Amino acid sequence: MYLLETQHISKRYANHEALRDVSVTIPRQSIFGLLGPNGAGKTTLIRIINQIIEADEGQILIKDEPLEPKHIADIGYLPEERGLYKKMKVGEQLIYLAQLKGLSRSEAVKRIKSWFERLEVSGWSEKKIEDLSKGMQQKIQFIATVVHDPDLIILDEPFTGFDPVNANLIKDEILTLQERGKTIIFSTHRMESVEELCTHIALINKSEKILDGKKQDIKNQFRSNTYEIVHLGDFNGVDLEYQLLGEEPLEENYTKSTVQIAETTSPNELLRSLIPHIEIHGFQEKLPTINEIFIAAVQ
Amino acid sequence: MNKIGLIIRREYWTRVRKKSFIIMTILGPLIFAGIVFVPIWLASSESSDEKVIAVSDESCLLQNGFRNEEDGSIQYEYITISLDQAKADFPKSNRYGLLYIPELDLDDPQGITFFAETNPSIQLLRNIRRTVRQNIRDLKLERSSISRETLEALETNVDISTINLTQAGEEQQGNAEVASVVGYVGAFLIYIFIFLYGAQVMRGVIEEKSSRIVEVIISSVRPFQLMVGKVIGVASVGLTQFLLWVGFTLLIVNIAGSFFPDIAADPSATAVPMAQVPENSPELEAMQDFSSIFGSVNVPLLIGCFIFYFLGGYLMYGALFAAVGSAADSDTDTQQFMLPVSAPLIISIVTLAAILNEPNGTLAFWMSMIPFTSPVVMMMRIPFGLPTWELMLSMTLLIGGFIFTTWLAAKIYRIGILTYGTKVNYKTIGKWLFQ
Repeated sequence: MYLLETQHISKRYANHEALRDVSVTIPRQSIFGLLGPNGAGKTTLIRIINQIIEADEGQILIKDEPLEPKHIADIGYLPEERGLYKKMKVGEQLIYLAQLKGLSRSEAVKRIKSWFERLEVSGWSEKKIEDLSKGMQQKIQFIATVVHDPDLIILDEPFTGFDPVNANLIKDEILTLQERGKTIIFSTHRMESVEELCTHIALINKSEKILDGKKQDIKNQFRSNTYEIVHLGDFNGVDLEYQLLGEEPLEENYTKSTVQIAETTSPNELLRSLIPHIEIHGFQEKLPTINEIFIAAVQ
Repeated sequence: MNKIGLIIRREYWTRVRKKSFIIMTILGPLIFAGIVFVPIWLASSESSDEKVIAVSDESCLLQNGFRNEEDGSIQYEYITISLDQAKADFPKSNRYGLLYIPELDLDDPQGITFFAETNPSIQLLRNIRRTVRQNIRDLKLERSSISRETLEALETNVDISTINLTQAGEEQQGNAEVASVVGYVGAFLIYIFIFLYGAQVMRGVIEEKSSRIVEVIISSVRPFQLMVGKVIGVASVGLTQFLLWVGFTLLIVNIAGSFFPDIAADPSATAVPMAQVPENSPELEAMQDFSSIFGSVNVPLLIGCFIFYFLGGYLMYGALFAAVGSAADSDTDTQQFMLPVSAPLIISIVTLAAILNEPNGTLAFWMSMIPFTSPVVMMMRIPFGLPTWELMLSMTLLIGGFIFTTWLAAKIYRIGILTYGTKVNYKTIGKWLFQ
């Protein structure tokens, strides 16, 4: 079941095409990585989903209904360019933003209080934003994004500006939100967090979607019959067509070799031909990283 | 609508609680009251220390010419010692000044000198000059054997009273001077308020844009709602400040008035030191029966129209100022767009003098119909009275005008607030408008 579907979205600006026929489906309770180089059209797509701008063509379904202004309350958005009213107090500001999302004042106060406790920021309510450090401001902005308990949370580069401790805190919150049934769209250039968090990804390049699906499926799609072998002894005389991509000496004379074989060859065949020559201590298929897929796909 | 309400409330409360707002609200009336009362206070305190002026009249022509001021503020003392002696005595004498009149040629009086430690006031000099002139004239009249009575009989006082005929056929006593003062004040207030609060809207938009909160906000509300909320919120701040000023000014004038009961009760007393006008001038007469003539101006209509044209004019320009703010990344970027936005306002202020000459002329008519100039120009015209249909038409056009500018501004605004880093020029704005 999909929480959000974009169908054939196109958007043109005066001088260039920002999106061309982009269709993605975002399953419920997924952490959906929206990837792409700078200027690929990610922000435009996110803004269209947020109804900040309108698509020229195509439509968006949220919970199987066409996206309408009433769905604003179902979406929480953390833009890449963070910003809060600098002169306003933290508490007032969060209440205001929550009310704009349709929460009543008393409900907003209650929720903000519980988020303050979760993110260890109690007692900041009366402080002005401009008096907070950047990391502290980010936490407040994160609260503003999720305070109205939206079903869809769109996070654009959520970890920038956080120290590792707080980045972990936010990461845990994202996972908790997913467990509670929320769907998260996650746009970032930090591939290690995509690797770690995302269940699904879509890759946008030059205004077009070039691939999407389950993270694992995409990795399989990009598998290249490459294996990592930890061994003692030399590869000399192996009776198989292979390509040695790398050799890395490990401790105590072990070597880690990266080997690519022909698509028709199975890993068992590789093992069989290796056994007479070397002592195998480890054998693993090397799946491409998202980073590698990203670079390969964009090029 | 609920969301616009939230935005208005935020814009209103954050501004009203600012220190600058509170300071301006308190200072404004103090400044107004100061303008009214400081001259009065100065005038009344001046009269308490009397000045003695020694007159050394060698010509003996003005022996009885100088009379002491009735309130005792200036006393003239004739002395007969020589000028050099008088000058030598002067520092010890505690006198304010020494007036020396040499032997005079009546046709060409030369050499009258006033000695004093400090520069005498213009008024004092004027009094002395007038006294000398009158005395010399009397002497000349005598010489040509014309009596004073004959001369006075030659002078005729012409007084034109103006009566406005209303459409109902009623007669209303009109007073052009009062009307122009009221008109000028109203027109200038509107002009200043539009600029003051228009600039606040603009700065608010730039603040939201540069702090990047705008993207968060417009993921919750439509850009149009944000713009309208801001414009209305700032308008409420302006209205609040205006009403507080009126209230405080009245309060201060009343309190201060109780300290100067004589002066406050007699407007002519305030008029003299303020304007330093010569006697019998039309201005003074206007001031003297200000309260009675004020009846000629329809006060409730005037206040009602002021509020209408302030709000209408402000809404009209407020949206445009918001659009200018949205197209800029910082205050300095706004200047190229400020000129066309503020030009009509400046033109209307510049033409006020011409409109004053002919408050019901063609120029006045058209300028009070065009919504861009009507708020300022209409305030000038209303005190002079104008047909109801003209007022109604102008108001309708103004309402239409601000709906149009708001629509226009919204088109620029919704794109402008999301545009960062690019230098926006008229061409880009044109593209946004027709996109």
